[in-house]
Amino acid sequence: MSAARWRRAMNSSAAAATTTRSVHGTAVVHPLRPNRAADTSPPAQGEAPRWLRAIVRPIRWHHVVVAALVLLYPFVATPFFTFQIGAQSLALGLIALSLTFLGGYGGMVSLAQMTIAGLAAYLLAIFGTSSNAAISLGWPWWLALAAALTIATLVAAAIGWLSVRTEGIYTIMITLAVGVAFFYLAQQNYTLFNGFQGFSKIAAPTVFDLDLREPTAFYFLALACAVTAYFFVKHLIRAPFGVALQGIRDNPRRMQALGYAVTAHRVGAYAVAGLLAGVGGVLMVWYNGRISPGTVGTGAMINILIIAVLGGMKHPIGAFIGAVVFVLLQNFAIDLVDRERFNLVIGGVFLAIVLFSPDGLLGLWQQLRARLSGRVTQPRHRPHSSTKNRSET
Amino acid sequence: MNSKYGKVFARSVLGAAALFAVAGAAQAQEVLKIGLLASLEGPFAAPGQDSMRGADLALKERNGMAGGKKIEFVKVSSDATPDKAVNATRKAVEQDKVQIMIGPLSGDEGIAVKNYAKTQPNITFVNGSSGAQAATLTDPAPNFYRFNTEGAQWMVGLGEHALAKGYKKVYLIAEDYGFPYSQVQGFMASYCAKGGKVLDKAWVPLGTKDYASVIAKIPKDIDALVVVLGGSDAVNFLTQYEQAGGDKPMIGGSITVDQTVLNFKGKRRESLLGTASAGPMADSIDTPEWKKFVADYKANFKDGFPSPSLFAYLYYINTKATLDALDAVKGDLSGGQKAYREALQKTNFKGPAGDVKIDANRNGVGTTYITEVTKAADGSFYNKVVKSVPNISQTLGLSDAEFKKMGLGTRDVPDCRK
Repeated sequence: MSAARWRRAMNSSAAAATTTRSVHGTAVVHPLRPNRAADTSPPAQGEAPRWLRAIVRPIRWHHVVVAALVLLYPFVATPFFTFQIGAQSLALGLIALSLTFLGGYGGMVSLAQMTIAGLAAYLLAIFGTSSNAAISLGWPWWLALAAALTIATLVAAAIGWLSVRTEGIYTIMITLAVGVAFFYLAQQNYTLFNGFQGFSKIAAPTVFDLDLREPTAFYFLALACAVTAYFFVKHLIRAPFGVALQGIRDNPRRMQALGYAVTAHRVGAYAVAGLLAGVGGVLMVWYNGRISPGTVGTGAMINILIIAVLGGMKHPIGAFIGAVVFVLLQNFAIDLVDRERFNLVIGGVFLAIVLFSPDGLLGLWQQLRARLSGRVTQPRHRPHSSTKNRSET
Repeated sequence: MNSKYGKVFARSVLGAAALFAVAGAAQAQEVLKIGLLASLEGPFAAPGQDSMRGADLALKERNGMAGGKKIEFVKVSSDATPDKAVNATRKAVEQDKVQIMIGPLSGDEGIAVKNYAKTQPNITFVNGSSGAQAATLTDPAPNFYRFNTEGAQWMVGLGEHALAKGYKKVYLIAEDYGFPYSQVQGFMASYCAKGGKVLDKAWVPLGTKDYASVIAKIPKDIDALVVVLGGSDAVNFLTQYEQAGGDKPMIGGSITVDQTVLNFKGKRRESLLGTASAGPMADSIDTPEWKKFVADYKANFKDGFPSPSLFAYLYYINTKATLDALDAVKGDLSGGQKAYREALQKTNFKGPAGDVKIDANRNGVGTTYITEVTKAADGSFYNKVVKSVPNISQTLGLSDAEFKKMGLGTRDVPDCRK
């Protein structure tokens, strides 16, 4: 990204909302979209108040279509598709979203996001109720949930604080080390983590007579968390914090010269991502009903990276697209080929996607759309320009 | 942003396709789908493959038919983690609509599948080879059946055998998870009751490579070592113990001195001679049933092991029991599978390695074989059967009250150190 564009973005931080649309590369010239200039005129008599219009303005017709589809989905799909495909994708997507935010907008690829999610899950089991009455404290679910998310966020910030001084592959290495260390701690500690066996019977609570363990109810819980997190991230990357984070990603030295606290922003990003991953982890433990070291092992940590890369790190929605594809492959690849070779299909699909579209499925989709419409919308550029630009620092 | 269509479109297409698939299958009445879960990935991938061979063999013996219907296996896979096992089972039950489910392979998976079974009262679940005590002892599911015996039962009788060999004081080295806990309990229950002592226990994490600190702590005044390690852990320990100059005789768990370990090279190999172990089967059982089983296995699976593994055997008897009961009710699974489950409960046949039947908790009651490592005429080592102990129940030969008092095996139960 050119320095001139960054200067523009920085200068107009008050108008960040409009400028950054072009910064993070999602602005698309849309025929149905009303002219932006018209929006700035004062509201006419009898129209909706300003705050309502501010909420409604960014909503476009495809948002409505997608919203209708995901809301109707559990009513047409079988309980299996609602729970195992739908809800699991949303929970995994939420954890991957935290990595997309960190990696795509902060330029920090952390493998420890699954560790944070697993930690939140473990803490929920330790503070709340589980099969192991000797360890679980039996707090009410809302208190256990709050404590789990708070501690997970703090630990994420601590991991961030530890790893922000590294860059690129060293960040991956240090977060991998943290993740593997946590895996072995969980496997070998019996007083707190109950070792190899972990905890089971961790059930989603019943709220206002609504049993959240039911597939449809759990799907909507996961959907609500995922949608909230999605719009939260979308808002954050256009807010001053997010814009500064993207500036730090592309040129930390220049941002420091401009007076930004680079380390603080990065640690803050880790904390935010930690909260998202923590929520995802809670959904995951409610989905599985149990947690054991295998859930936070190296394979699981790398799966989150695969999901994020698969969907594409250009946009928050990529995490969820990646998760859906990943879960579908995990479930149905075995039906496609020989029982003993189905991992080949999974690996092959991942390889093909990464090979033909470095931006994941999102990049593939945009290429396809550009080709179909036959017009050049906007040159592709990457928000995570990462190592190439970084090397100049 | 518009790529959300992509996601939703793909989802709805797949959903629709799946619905058609289910509808199509429902029309073919004479085919009965049975789910088959084993670990085809992860640390148990090779045993998982052999498990599938065992199940396939049971079906092949009756030309793919049971109860007058053609049987179709819907095979699913896990990576030996409970999460994956439940996901795979849920897919087979809810998506592929199987009516009977066989699996899984490992202990903790079994407990997770048992818990899932409770949410599907109209489906019958039969164990594969998982051997966690808790699956049928703690809070059992009424529709979960296990025709094999479990880890603790496999070691019953070994304690007396060790005492008979004059091992009064032993030191224990075992992996730190559920299956070795059960195995150690099965050994200690009788060993300690009859005066044996375990001076200390070393619980090592699964996958430990360096045993130097454990070997350094082994006391001088013991009679034997009890080694409950599996696969590469066992080989690593035996090699390092040999290099450290250790010379105590050994007692092994059910998977400690199998063929993979017996064929490793080194001086220590000689000193393995006489090592006692126990299990639900042995390579050298001298009955026509076992010989026929091995011959059938070899004839059907050219790519298989030289002799069926423990996992192939356990999946075989569980699958055979499932299909036998289907024959007994002539394939009738109506009425919430009530008649079928009664038939399962009554199942009692002579398997390759002894009688197969279940108790009131729907857990296997069977024979355990005590073996010793012996040199064959051609110089190779094998496990020779020295004794078989029939009719071992899950309470390990104790009364229910005595067993309850002891509790399930853990790191400290039974203690046996005093």
